Amino acid sequence: MQPCRLVAEDIACRRGDRVLLRGVGFSLGPGDALHLAGPNGIGKSSLLRILAGLMRPYAGRVEATGTLALSDEHLPLDGHRPLAAALDFWRRIDGAGADNNRFGLDDLGDVPVRYLSTGQRKRAALACMAASGAGIWLIDEPLNGLDAHWSGVAQIAIEAHRDRGGIAVIASHQPLALNDLMVLPLLELVP
Amino acid sequence: MSAAGKLLVIFRRDCALLLGGARGRGGAVLPLLFFLAVAMLYPFGVGPDARLLARTGAGVIWVAALLAAILPLDRLIEPDLESGFFDQWALRGLSEEAVMLGRIVAHWLCFGVPLMLATPIAAALLAIDGHQLWLLELGLLFGTPGLAAIGVTIAALTAGLRAGAALGGLLLIPLAVPLLIFGAGSLQPGGENGLVLLVAASLVAVAIAPFAAGAAIRAARE
Repeated sequence: MQPCRLVAEDIACRRGDRVLLRGVGFSLGPGDALHLAGPNGIGKSSLLRILAGLMRPYAGRVEATGTLALSDEHLPLDGHRPLAAALDFWRRIDGAGADNNRFGLDDLGDVPVRYLSTGQRKRAALACMAASGAGIWLIDEPLNGLDAHWSGVAQIAIEAHRDRGGIAVIASHQPLALNDLMVLPLLELVP
Repeated sequence: MSAAGKLLVIFRRDCALLLGGARGRGGAVLPLLFFLAVAMLYPFGVGPDARLLARTGAGVIWVAALLAAILPLDRLIEPDLESGFFDQWALRGLSEEAVMLGRIVAHWLCFGVPLMLATPIAAALLAIDGHQLWLLELGLLFGTPGLAAIGVTIAALTAGLRAGAALGGLLLIPLAVPLLIFGAGSLQPGGENGLVLLVAASLVAVAIAPFAAGAAIRAARE
């Protein structure tokens, strides 16, 4: 994995005519993890999309070295196809992924994606992101819908990703049990 | 994998989805049945006079093709936008324009080509002779890529809007009028030069569409 960096300088985030956040800044290097903490609607997901380069920041700039992967509320898998075939689409695009963590999905390979439960969909989204082999993981609510066991597995996967030199930025309203986790309380950045 | 290889994987998925249909929506079959149904109903409407049918039938086929192009609009872009596919492709460094160009080609293969294959059947129902059929097929070959390009652009513009499907149909009709005029006009006696203008109109649509549709996808993210 190439050495990755993610630097945000003085970002402001706007939705419609309302400025949600102002002055968001941080610098992340290999192995770092950042928790974007705050209540619902504060702009966590918008901030992740800005970091991913999908939305332009209202002010400030983002500099990312390394490949990005985003796991948000969308599940980029075809609902009518069996899970294994749907995941295989991304595997063929991304090549052999760095992370072979299957999140216990092997048994669900022939279940159409639209029949998956909330937790299973979340695991599929995480598996998709992990298999992309990207250096910078941007994860929106990774533990939503996961039970205690799979929450643990997900956090272990994030730790393993950091051990390989990856970066993780996690937007969540839930507490996370990760080592050396930096926390950015977004409530303090509301203008 | 190279960007071209990734686009090829995406193109194959586009074709499979547009041909087979998904999420409870018909694939390539529905527009085709609609097209044939119009050709079948028209003689009931105007009577079985073979001369009248032969004179007006080719124009009816063009109108049917244009209206059939409206049917697949709501599943061209919207489902993938909703599931975040376009975001994921952008994150992997694939330009929206390239993805859209692939989708236009896929849409043409799954919409334009079946239409051309069904045209001899429609022509038989409307008593169209061999020469007219030949001109008609040539016109559809030149015109359907333009229709596909306009369709994908409008689908990208209206994706995510409420009542986007109905709005898409209304938007497609005026944009497709040049194709209809030149396509149907080429069937008039001495109107063969209309084919040249049809190619020109179609090429303009195909050249602009990937950029317009790509910009629409980016705008939908803001």
